[in-house]
Order: sequence, then C-alpha cells, then structure tokens
Amino acid sequence: MVLLQIILGMFVVTFGIRFVLYARAHKVSLPDWVENALRFVPVAVLTAIITPMILLQDQQLSFDWRNPWLLGSLAAFAVGLWRQQPLLTIVTGVVVFFAGKFLLV
Amino acid sequence: MTKQSAMRFGALVSVPMIIGGIPFGLIFGSLAISQGLEPWVPLLMSALVFAGSAQFVALGLIAVDAPLWVVVSTTFIVNLRHLLYAADFIKYIRHLSIPWRVVLAFGLIDETYAAVKPYYSSGKLDQHNGHWAYFGSFVAFYVMWNSTTLIGVLAGELIPGLSEWGLEYAMVATFIGIITPYLRTLPYWSAFFCAAVFSLILHNLPNNLGMLIAALFGVAAGVLTDHIQQRFNPDNVQTSRGTN
Repeated sequence: MVLLQIILGMFVVTFGIRFVLYARAHKVSLPDWVENALRFVPVAVLTAIITPMILLQDQQLSFDWRNPWLLGSLAAFAVGLWRQQPLLTIVTGVVVFFAGKFLLV
Repeated sequence: MTKQSAMRFGALVSVPMIIGGIPFGLIFGSLAISQGLEPWVPLLMSALVFAGSAQFVALGLIAVDAPLWVVVSTTFIVNLRHLLYAADFIKYIRHLSIPWRVVLAFGLIDETYAAVKPYYSSGKLDQHNGHWAYFGSFVAFYVMWNSTTLIGVLAGELIPGLSEWGLEYAMVATFIGIITPYLRTLPYWSAFFCAAVFSLILHNLPNNLGMLIAALFGVAAGVLTDHIQQRFNPDNVQTSRGTN
C-alpha cells in the first residue's frame, strides 16, 4: 500500500513539473531575458549530465587515456566540431568507444 | 512532412538514445526484483512515472525503507531540470489543445528534449509537424522503457554483467552530437565549459543536485558572456542572437 502511494506521489510530482508550464502555455509569454537564457539550456544541461559519466571512474576524476569513455568522447567531440553532423559524431564516438574498450582493456 | 512521417522522424532521431537506454531499463527491472519487490512495483513505476534516473534513486530509497515524503521530494528535486525543458518548449506547444499538452508533458524526458530540440532550432520542425515528431520520440522511448523493464523483471538477475557492456555510451555520444553544433560562438563555449567544470566539482551533492546547479551555472555563464560581448561589441548582437 505504501509502495502504491510512493509511485502515485512520484507520478504527481514528475508530471507536475513537466506540465505546470505547458498548462498555461497559451497565456504566459516569457520575458525576453528568459527566452535569451533558455538558448543555453541544451548545451548546459546535456554537458552537466555527461561530463561526470565521461571523466569520473569510481568517483575519482580520471584523465587516463585508456578510459574508453574519454577516448570515444574526445573523438566524437572533435568530429562534431569539425563536421557538425550529429549522426557522424555519434557513430565516431561509439566506434572509438568500443574499439578502445575491446583493444585496451 | 505529414503526421506519419513526422512521427517516424521523431522516432528515428531517437534511435541511438533508445539503444543507449535499453540496459538501464533491463537493469531497473532486474534490480527491483533482486531487491525483493513484487513485479507490479517496477512495472507500474515505469508506466506512470517514466523518469529513468528518478526511478533508480527511488529504488535505492525504498530499499532503505525511506518514508513516502522523502521518496517523493527526492523525485521532485531529481526531475526539476525538466522545468527548463518545458520553459524552452512553451513556444512550440502553446497552440496545442490541453489533451495534447498533457500527453507531451508526460513524455518530456531528457532524451526526447535532446532529440527534438535541435530540429525545432534548425527550422526542420515547426508548429505544424513538430508535436508529431515529439510524440513519435516519446512513444518510441515509452515502448522501449516499459518493455525493457518487463524483460528485466522476468529475467531477474539472469543478465550477468549487462552494466559492463557499455551500451549506455550511445547516450553520451548522442548528447555530444547535439552539443557540438552549438559551439560556434563564445557564449555557448562558456556555457559548455562552466557546466562541465561545475558538474565535476559538485558531483558529490545528493539527488542530481550537482548536475542541476552546474546546468544553471552554465546557462548563467552563457548569458553573462553574451552580455559582455554585446557591451564591448554591439555589432555582434545580431549574429550572436541569430544562431538559435
């Protein structure tokens, strides 16, 4: 019973966060400075999610070149900056990651 | 783009992240079972909550018998970043009916935001077809998340070493593919750099709080750099604003 309440509670807060702005979307118009700031959300949030995944190993900062997460990401980053084609970036990163994983470990 | 082709497009651009999400769903389902929970708990959670990282945190809290309010308020903090996505998407969904907005809000996860947002920015998606692509991405992730949870539940602990395969790297590569095209002007570089540095400095904070704060600092750094640039080089305003 408690578990059901927990799941329902999680549903309410999660959906609430996602819906609260959408519910009034036709009435609210965000101030210019907010719109301007929102341009940086994709870069800021996605970077904050993946950087620890790439550089932390066992909770320790690691710049070891044998870390496949770092190798794949450096390759993907370089190709991404150079060609700016997401699919090419993804394929490069994944190929280098698995090559590093199986050849180096 | 027709409705169907927009839906297919949304699902298609989500494929790398769907592959990256598969191990998480399997691990979530099997972890819940190995923790002694009944199958309906992970299944109902994936179906109703639909929030990967929050679900893992909740499993951990349930395992230590945390009270209801702790699990729910932790979920709130972990998912607070979705508010940023919703704010960014207001302009693309405000013309839609409330039922549409309910469905799209329910499906507003990191991956769908990441998959769809670049195509709104580039103009490939607009008010007429964008919500169908968004919906297609959501449905694809929803099917993956719930079916992998089910398989994980059925397999229990029978998927040895799955977390060692590294499938989840696909998500990292995809995010890099989305970030790099933005990095053409100084403000985006400083948002990137600041978010990266603070996500490492603050990674010990509980409940993804470090990630959320790092992201907010990143946004602030972008805004600040933009301001400074305009202050010293007013001609730059149009080019800098025009990238998005």
